[in-house]
Amino acid sequence: MSDQIKDAIQEYATRLGDDSVVLGHRISEWVSYGPFLEEDIAYGNVSLDYIGRARMFYTYAAELANDGRDEDDFAYMRNDREYRNLLLMEMPKGDFAYSQVRQLFADVYYTLLLPELLQSKDETLSAIAAKAIKETKYHLRRSRDWVLRLGDGTEESHKRTQKAVDQLWGYTHELFDMDDTEQLLADEGIGVDVSKLRDAWLKMVSDILTEATLTVPEDSWAVRGGRTGYHTENLGHMLTEMQIVHRSHPGCKW
Amino acid sequence: MTNITEKLELFEVFVRSKRGLDHKHVGSLHAEDHEQALEYARDCYTRRSEGVSIWVVKSADICASQEDDADCFYDPSDDKPYRHATYYVLPDPVNNM
Repeated sequence: MSDQIKDAIQEYATRLGDDSVVLGHRISEWVSYGPFLEEDIAYGNVSLDYIGRARMFYTYAAELANDGRDEDDFAYMRNDREYRNLLLMEMPKGDFAYSQVRQLFADVYYTLLLPELLQSKDETLSAIAAKAIKETKYHLRRSRDWVLRLGDGTEESHKRTQKAVDQLWGYTHELFDMDDTEQLLADEGIGVDVSKLRDAWLKMVSDILTEATLTVPEDSWAVRGGRTGYHTENLGHMLTEMQIVHRSHPGCKW
Repeated sequence: MTNITEKLELFEVFVRSKRGLDHKHVGSLHAEDHEQALEYARDCYTRRSEGVSIWVVKSADICASQEDDADCFYDPSDDKPYRHATYYVLPDPVNNM
């Protein structure tokens, strides 16, 4: 493997790890605040799936970096400008409708992305995808169910869900952007060409939103920057909370 | 929280731990409908690989015997030992049964 490819895979694994840990942390913010006990436990499980996924990506990134860092260093010792997650993942948890709409957007994305990553020539990335596919199948079942319930529920739940769709829509375009690193890996059969997933994503999401009596927004605005480290103000606050224990007590175990 | 759970239905959860075994009652939970109850049952009762199959039943659909019925339901069996196999004396040629 050339150094260029190796560096690209390390960057790629870090990006996918960042997406997972940031979304996983956002979901974890619902723990003990869920609308009722059963949902609290169920959504907490989803959070753990994402954090587990992040660990696998970070462990691989650390192995490729081979500079003494481990998965914890990747998660806890990088600041917001070093994080490369998609902006959609870092948006605050908002109300329950907002979180479930974001979840639906992410779950449909992974439903399309993971089967492609499964085909990767890189065995580790392929193995992580194989594990994550099963989790995502269940995640989508849940978020789809919630968006249908809320969209087609009461006047209030419909209003809030539509508002969430409108507010988050502009952050979904970035999900399908490619840069040189990802293009190189896609050409090598290692990474996924996400630009090819947009049509299928739009179709699946539109079908669900329509069934939920919600309106699919016009593509009038788009925010980008997560993959280059330009984040919304939300990530810094989130990382402060997420990293405080590790940074205050380095190497602490409990 | 209480307001919301009052609007939800109560379900009883039965989990089959292994193929070939029967479903055992493991507990109950709140959900809006059967489908959601099944999902919550998965998350609340099988996340440590406890099962291969789940049943959920609306608690209201279960018809249960009452404590008050105990004397007419169960007591009459007490004086009918002939309903147990041990009541019968086996002929000698039969060693084990």
